[in-house]
Amino acid sequence: MINKRRSLAVLIGLLTTTALIGPTPARADDDPAETPAEPPKVELVLDVSGSMRARDIDGRSRISVAQQAFNEVVDALPDETQLGIRVLGATYKGRDKKQGCLDTQQIVPVGPVDRAQAKAAVATLRPTGFTPVGLALRSAAQDLGTGSTARRIVLITDGEDTCAPPDPCEVARELAAQGTKLVVDTLGLAPDDKVRRQLLCIAAATGGTYTAAQSADELTGRIKQLVDRARDTYTAAPTVVGGSAECDRAPLLGPGVYTDREAFSEHRWYRVPVRPGQELRASVSVALDRPVNPDYGVLLRATAPDGRELVRGVDAGSGRTDVVSAGLRWSAAEEDGPSPSPTGTLTVTAQTVCLVVSNSFAPRPGTEATPGMPIELTVDVVAASPAPDGPDLGRGWALLLLLTLAGLVTGLLAGLLTRWWVATWREN
Amino acid sequence: MRTLIRSAAALAAAGLTLAPATAPAVASAAPTPSPGAATVTKAGTSFLTATAITAGQPVQVGASTGDYLYWSFRAEAGQTHEITATVSFPKGRSGRSTWAVDVFDGLRRRQACTAGAQTPTADAAAASVALGCTLRRVRPWAEPWSGDPLPGTYYVRLAVTDLPEPDLGLPIDVDLLVGVDGEGGTSGEDGKLEAPLVPNTRPGTVLSAEPGPEPVAEEETSLTGWLPEPGSRWVWTTAGGVLAAVAGVVGFALTRRPRRP
Repeated sequence: MINKRRSLAVLIGLLTTTALIGPTPARADDDPAETPAEPPKVELVLDVSGSMRARDIDGRSRISVAQQAFNEVVDALPDETQLGIRVLGATYKGRDKKQGCLDTQQIVPVGPVDRAQAKAAVATLRPTGFTPVGLALRSAAQDLGTGSTARRIVLITDGEDTCAPPDPCEVARELAAQGTKLVVDTLGLAPDDKVRRQLLCIAAATGGTYTAAQSADELTGRIKQLVDRARDTYTAAPTVVGGSAECDRAPLLGPGVYTDREAFSEHRWYRVPVRPGQELRASVSVALDRPVNPDYGVLLRATAPDGRELVRGVDAGSGRTDVVSAGLRWSAAEEDGPSPSPTGTLTVTAQTVCLVVSNSFAPRPGTEATPGMPIELTVDVVAASPAPDGPDLGRGWALLLLLTLAGLVTGLLAGLLTRWWVATWREN
Repeated sequence: MRTLIRSAAALAAAGLTLAPATAPAVASAAPTPSPGAATVTKAGTSFLTATAITAGQPVQVGASTGDYLYWSFRAEAGQTHEITATVSFPKGRSGRSTWAVDVFDGLRRRQACTAGAQTPTADAAAASVALGCTLRRVRPWAEPWSGDPLPGTYYVRLAVTDLPEPDLGLPIDVDLLVGVDGEGGTSGEDGKLEAPLVPNTRPGTVLSAEPGPEPVAEEETSLTGWLPEPGSRWVWTTAGGVLAAVAGVVGFALTRRPRRP
């Protein structure tokens, strides 16, 4: 009996140790937090044209709703965010369209905000003149300046642009194509069909959002959200690169994120050096910043310098979307090994892999073809993951249980046989 | 003989307590938030600005109809993720709208949903619409040419894909939850992804010239390098062999006639 108890204890002990040293989940290291050098920058652009007098939001005038929203946003502004405020149609009372369409001023410069001063500046605004949205956008982009991080413009308007040309949507596309990462979020106050279309076009051209604000709470909540978003998502903007029409002269890319423009049916080539034992990872997103036909696709191919295809990533879709993305992984097959160089040390030579991005978007009649659609390319070169060549062994709790039971049964059978054999041997 | 049966029963019971670990985790009806998880009230608007969440962390965010909302979460090998989302609309919409939850891996490759309403359509009168997507089980390794789900970052994109244009811009409320199931169910598979599919989000640098030959890094040889890793097949099988031997001895001992006092 003592024997039995002891062996049971040993068995349980063994089981617990195996449980403790069992499979350990792989812990991935967390991304190192990066602190960009610049503070987040955002500019609010407010329409103060004559139509803002209309009293149709909760029985209050549009301008008073906007003023209240601005006050609350300024109060709740995160300390590190730099905020500027620009108005349009605020001063010129006359009827001369030429002059009225130049009417845009920055009432709070982009920088650390003096709350009292900003509120005082907003409180004096009275609905007055024309609606030069295009000019205001261009000026706001200048106010925000250029830098390595993304900037945000929040455009709040109630009426369509009365000063085109320049058409605000084309201005937005032009600003987006300048290389500085600029996002324009638009807010329509009680918008009609024309305003909505214009604001949607501006938002789509810059990768921003469009909101129809129907109440004071909605307006305040949304502006606060956008200002917060400016702080949360102003990551370092991707490097601007220009892909070429063939692989030979294509830019050589290191790991990181890049942005480029690609027109309809265009092919853009890039090159990435990959050493043996490394794996190439690439992905591409093509943004739909203009109206296109509803069916589309994007193709990312990796080829050898001689044009032989190595691998491809492809995605297609249909309907409304912001970006279409594809990605690929590739690593060289195992080779003979490093070759000795003249100096005697073993060396490995990097192999150049060509990446080509192509798209199958079709423009709608009247869609501008230039500048091309924004593409975002991420390239990474990491250690290759070779195919596993594990031994023909087992793993897992089921295996342990099975082996233990098999051992037990064998032991029991052996014991019973021995008893039977001893008994018969004694009798004889 | 009676003692033998009793001991066998005790052993079987011991084995049964072990059994729950071997049984595959049963898929729950719907993921539930993990207790104590902070609610996320943000969403990104692109792959680069996706808001990072963890499985079991509820998301509640206000947005506008037409926004593309992005979140990202980390997945480990052996896990199966289930995404559920509810979008609540205001009244007075002008027509039917179709919503979609799309999932992409760290290389922005579209991931298939094995179950769930990925692209439901809501009537004009509906107050909300429920979306769902159950992903494939994440594998520890796959060939570079395959599209199998691998450990790393996953992106969730929620957006409206078809709607009457006048409904764009209206406020919506989005609830989203990523549930995770089946920790570490990869015993059948070997191989390891050397680097998880986590995208490099730093701005890139354009190289001026092709890099020349590079000396081969000396392979590090350590004293313990030849030992099998914990959790490898060698360890499991050896442990099984030891257990089998012990169980054999125990079984043999059980058949001995009880010693007379």
